[in-house]
Amino acid sequence: MTGAGAPLLTVRDLRSYLATSQGVVRAVDGVSLTVHEAEVLGIVGESGCGKTVTCRTIMGLMPAGTLHASGEVIYHPHGERSILSARRAELEALRGAQLAMIFQDPMTALNPVRSIGDQLLEAVTSHARLSRAQARARAVGLLDRVGIPAPARRMRDYPFQFSGGMLQRALIAIALASSPRLLLADEPTTSLDVIIQDQILSLLLELQQDTGMSMILVSHDLAVITEVCDRIVVMYAGQVVEEGTVADIISAPRHPYTQALLDALPQAGQRGQLRSIRGSPPSLIDVPDGCRFAPRCRYVTDDCRSWETKLIETGEPEHTARCWRQHEIERAQAWQQGSGSA
Amino acid sequence: MSRFGSLPRRLVHLVIVLFGITLVTFFLLRLIPGDPALAILGSSYTHTRAVAIDNFLGLNKPIWTQYGLFMGRLFHGNLGFSFFYNEPATTVIAQHIAPTLFLVVYSAVLAALISFPIGFAAGLHRGGVLDQSSRIFFTLSFAMPAFWLGIILILLFSVHVHAFPISGFGSGFIGHLYYLFLPALTIALGFSTVLVRSLRSATIATLQAEFVDTARMKGIRWARVLWRHVFRNAILSVVAVYGVNLAYLISGTVLVENVFSLPGLGTLLVNSVSDRDYPVVQGVTLLFAVIIVGINLITDIVQAALDPRVGQEIGA
Amino acid sequence: MTAAWAASPSELLMQAATKAAGRRRSPVRRRLTLIAGLVLLGIAILAVVLAPVLVSQSPTTIDAVHPLAPPLTSGHLLGTDQYGRDILARILYGGRIDLAIAFGATSVTLVGGTFIGLVAGYLGGRVDNILMRLVDLFFAFPFLVLIIAIVAMLGPSIFNMFIAIWITSWVSYARIMRAQTVVAKKQQYVLAARALGYGPLRVMFRHILPNTASAVIIFSMVDAVGNIILAASLGFLGLGAQPPSPEWGAMISDGQNYILSSWWLATMPGLAVVFVGVAFSLIGDGLADLLRAGER
Repeated sequence: MTGAGAPLLTVRDLRSYLATSQGVVRAVDGVSLTVHEAEVLGIVGESGCGKTVTCRTIMGLMPAGTLHASGEVIYHPHGERSILSARRAELEALRGAQLAMIFQDPMTALNPVRSIGDQLLEAVTSHARLSRAQARARAVGLLDRVGIPAPARRMRDYPFQFSGGMLQRALIAIALASSPRLLLADEPTTSLDVIIQDQILSLLLELQQDTGMSMILVSHDLAVITEVCDRIVVMYAGQVVEEGTVADIISAPRHPYTQALLDALPQAGQRGQLRSIRGSPPSLIDVPDGCRFAPRCRYVTDDCRSWETKLIETGEPEHTARCWRQHEIERAQAWQQGSGSA
Repeated sequence: MSRFGSLPRRLVHLVIVLFGITLVTFFLLRLIPGDPALAILGSSYTHTRAVAIDNFLGLNKPIWTQYGLFMGRLFHGNLGFSFFYNEPATTVIAQHIAPTLFLVVYSAVLAALISFPIGFAAGLHRGGVLDQSSRIFFTLSFAMPAFWLGIILILLFSVHVHAFPISGFGSGFIGHLYYLFLPALTIALGFSTVLVRSLRSATIATLQAEFVDTARMKGIRWARVLWRHVFRNAILSVVAVYGVNLAYLISGTVLVENVFSLPGLGTLLVNSVSDRDYPVVQGVTLLFAVIIVGINLITDIVQAALDPRVGQEIGA
Repeated sequence: MTAAWAASPSELLMQAATKAAGRRRSPVRRRLTLIAGLVLLGIAILAVVLAPVLVSQSPTTIDAVHPLAPPLTSGHLLGTDQYGRDILARILYGGRIDLAIAFGATSVTLVGGTFIGLVAGYLGGRVDNILMRLVDLFFAFPFLVLIIAIVAMLGPSIFNMFIAIWITSWVSYARIMRAQTVVAKKQQYVLAARALGYGPLRVMFRHILPNTASAVIIFSMVDAVGNIILAASLGFLGLGAQPPSPEWGAMISDGQNYILSSWWLATMPGLAVVFVGVAFSLIGDGLADLLRAGER
């Protein structure tokens, strides 16, 4: 699963500000991350933390006119120039063949008045010159590969004739049609029921391992992320607050938000109340100074509210967290555990 | 309101509406205050003629017998006798259909040719020059009565610049196209306001749909995304609007035919009204209603063809 | 504001985005359409009401010395018609008729149609079915044709025009209101009101109606434009106001005969129609914008 290769996509200091009638929404405010070859990177955070906007900005799929973006998005096989300001023709060459994305709600992600087959064929032929027979064969093969029964017949069907799970599989087929090297999956299982969720996740993992492509998996569900990913990026209020391997983050989370997220995960056999994080995320229009998690943090001090936050090394390799008190907190927690309280 | 449900149900609905139309048209004649025979004959009133009319209208019989008489004659293609033309009403009406039908189709096509590109472009470049200027233009043209617009167009293009003829139907297909250009344009402009607005908002809404993002994600050309996804979907809501407003358009032909002196159904209607030729008034009204029912049916069929979801029992 | 070369990336971006956001925000800008429409309508109403003050002539005074005088002749700002009657005076007095139709005909159909649609939508079942079939039936006729037929039967006059419009135009309102009511019926606030034991009348008029009225009110603006044009059309065809009433449509019809030489006879009244029509359209658009923005 790990053994990641060279960097495939590097995002540096990405900022996406949206101009709305209520003001400027700083949806993504200085996010940096790297995805390596054959790696699955997870982005986790609650609604509104900027994970979807990050992915869409990378793909260039934000609504025009409202978005103001800065920073760099470098897709290494394409060269070292940022694709953030690439011309349309360049982006069209990259999309599908190199970068692909699947969206959260499969019901709205497909054109309701055209058949699944039509839309899949469109994807298959977008970057390859194939005869009709070849294209059709490839399309049917893709539907089969993602686990849709009777694929040849289903080509003629329309989206409203598919269930949610089937639609998501079809979308995965469409995303993989031109064999991209990086797949961005934005909450692919959130609108599906639990049993189907599992199936889709396994499918994604299987495909990733078979093809050796990289994946960015976005979710608000930490359980999903930890199952599938190699490395994790935790986002809060438009910023990255912690970053590291799955093992490190699960065993030694350094940022209070990450800790709270892990705490909130229901344990098997757990009784009593679920632990949730009190309070709600700050406004992205009037962004507070200092640490954005301060109002909800159980370790907050006055200095936290004026500290100019940045990602600090935790001590473990490639594991950083945006908390200046992380070492103090670590020591306090170790002491607590040591003194027998559990 | 598009009609969900299977074809048989739609046809039954159609038949009911048609019956209702005959009822309304039938009762129209009964609205005349006072003595209908006197009103119909006017100065050519003689006792014999009055009796003939009374018998024809069956006014001395109970109302349902009258309706039965009316429907019976209707099924035999008898719409009554035109007192003015001295011929069966059906004949008179048949002579006037061609220009109106030509005008209606011509206007419909012109309206589409004008409004589809403008509406789509306005939606794509919201707030742009085309959007703003077309908005102003169409707000103005919407407030213009069709007949006045026709007169202005005549003033500009027939009187000042002798580009188009002032009146008449012309001969031959090309002749018709030439003679009817200004009248069709008049109607089309009035019609286009609604279409442009509808397509514009449908385009804006469709652009925000997630399936457009999926299409872009595939890496296909933007032009192709626009045509096969955005336009293809936006046009769906316009079809319904198109059908409903085509009905209003037909109202417009009445006025425009008058302004351009076209020998169509509209002119016939107006003349018959001033001539007190009530059977013809009744017949033309009936015919117009049937045409509209037909147009609505065609609209439904087109909608079903474009949108596979419509045939399903989704529930109104 | 920091100098461009010293600003951080986030500051630069903020400046650009703030400018863009500011452009969208201005509340005055959003209300511009509505204000413009109201101003125009206000001018029209004032002009028409103050007609005796604004023009010295009456619309029917025949000035045999100056027939067919072009605009800007002294004493006749917009010229005179074939009988020497002052066109501006005729337009202002004629405006009374057309504006009366705009308000009178529209308001009755608005109230009537809304009521019927509300009842049909709320009660559902057979009442709904019957009423909506009736509505469908009316929609099968081209309105103008039906109105012409009705006026023809009843006899041409301004009052019969009102009647014809009342009989036929309520259907649009009924259809819109019914659709809104059917949706509103299932909303939380209605279910709550019914759970509290409020009777149907109260729920309909004090709960559903205020929340759904916006659609019909916006439509009534569009309808007002339509009714003015309708009145003018009937006048044009000789079926509405009878001479010597200075109704705008009738004036245009008269003017048609003189189109080659005296274009102002037909053009001026038309411009008046456009003026009032645009006023109503802008009000309707402005209201629609306002309500849409409020929903966000």
